[in-house]
Amino acid sequence: MDIAEELLKGNRLALSRAITAIENEYDEATEIMKKLYPHTGHAYVLGITGPPGAGKSTLSDKIAREYRAQGKTVGIIAVDPTSPFTGGAILGDRIRMNGLTLDEGVFIRSMGTRGSLGGLSHKTADAVKAMDAFGKDIIIVETVGVGQSEVDIVKAADTTMVVLIPGMGDDIQAIKAGILEIGDLYCINKSDLDGADKLVREINMMLDLDSLMTEWRPPITKVVASQNEGIKELLDTVEKHRTHIEGNGQLAERRTKRTRDEILDILSSNIGTYIKGKIVDSGRLDGYVEQIKQHETDPYTVIGQVMDEMLK
Amino acid sequence: MEKKIRVLVAKPGLDGHDRGAKVVARALRDAGFEVIYTGLRQTPEQIAEAALQEDVNVVAMSILSGAHGHLFPKVVDLVRKNGMTDALIIGGGVIPEGDIPALKEAGVSAVFTPGTPTSEVVKYINENVKL
Ligand SMILES: Nc1nc2c(ncn2[C@@H]2O[C@H](COP(=O)(O)OP(=O)(O)OP(=O)(O)O)[C@@H](O)[C@H]2O)c(=O)[nH]1
Ligand SMILES: [Mg+2]
Repeated sequence: MDIAEELLKGNRLALSRAITAIENEYDEATEIMKKLYPHTGHAYVLGITGPPGAGKSTLSDKIAREYRAQGKTVGIIAVDPTSPFTGGAILGDRIRMNGLTLDEGVFIRSMGTRGSLGGLSHKTADAVKAMDAFGKDIIIVETVGVGQSEVDIVKAADTTMVVLIPGMGDDIQAIKAGILEIGDLYCINKSDLDGADKLVREINMMLDLDSLMTEWRPPITKVVASQNEGIKELLDTVEKHRTHIEGNGQLAERRTKRTRDEILDILSSNIGTYIKGKIVDSGRLDGYVEQIKQHETDPYTVIGQVMDEMLK
Repeated sequence: MEKKIRVLVAKPGLDGHDRGAKVVARALRDAGFEVIYTGLRQTPEQIAEAALQEDVNVVAMSILSGAHGHLFPKVVDLVRKNGMTDALIIGGGVIPEGDIPALKEAGVSAVFTPGTPTSEVVKYINENVKL
């Protein structure tokens, strides 16, 4: 099967296989992406992040249903952490979206973080492109908002929604964790629980303090995802943000920056792999380290030599 | 390259709990697999479609209610129709010995009855999966 060609014809198995090729870094992935690239750029990408258990998957399910009701097709990429000890993962986001499985206008793919060195955000970005080329109108990327690599994933989004819940204890740990800064929108989920209004006040106070904020003040919407309450209002804020960044050129700017970052990321990763092949796998690195230990040379001299050799 | 064995764990039919399936899911994760867990009351259509979207190498089903004779072969049929010819399809749960040959005939490549150590399931997958 020519995966790219079949994908562009609307073959769902081909889309699935393309994402596998991306995830597993098969050699053919590059060829597939080359063919898909001209067909990308049409989908709108909504990133959803927040602490574990905040209701992101429940929310993704309800948001997808609302978009479907508007006649839009939806792709969902749900990222869950891989166990650093076993390399395995339980990808459990789908369980909240079982009702969407048989809707042909929806395609859901679960991904594990797989401890790949910074490669995760690039893989997710390519999976987004595959769904985009497939023709999805809206692509939702769900990731747990802890750690840099997860935050990086959300950079692939046009609009980033941060989901918080009341009673997270010692007031919005998340602020300190840095996920609040990336929000274009805030969603207070589980507003059926005590403390939702207090949380809204706290976020508002934080936004008041944010001196960098200029034209866009992130709206805060209270929802109860499990009851499908507030979802329309929430999507109105997404739409507002979209109109805003389309109008002032920010969307185009964000996407340009993303393309630049992607090229640089992939280049440095490929160069890293090349150097690793030359120096590590050949055993030369161990040799250098031994020489350094014997005080025959020093790391800076070694680096200089290797650079000279590589850049010839 | 970073190949990972991906396994869909699903419970077709109307069973009321999924403790057993969760134990298996955790054991598979601990064996280094990526487990996509879809939970209770899945129809064969949902299972086959989830298997396709997740491009899994293995579909593992468990059933207690006695409907395996109908549901397992149905899933095999739908998964194959979707073009997933290589996916390994295995079943577990309360299944009388006498039913096993017919299930295998229908394309369920292994059937694990209660009391089978999870390590055996892991071993079976590792030895038979096509990546
Ligand atoms: N009370 C209440 N519970 C909710 C609401 N939305 C979701 N939940 C519950 O919160 C729990 C976690 O929901 P998920 O959607 O799995 O949360 P998540 O953020 O995707 O979780 P991870 O992906 O594991 O980080 C589930 O038991 C949901 O039923 C809500 O609005 N109110
Ligand atoms: Mg989730």
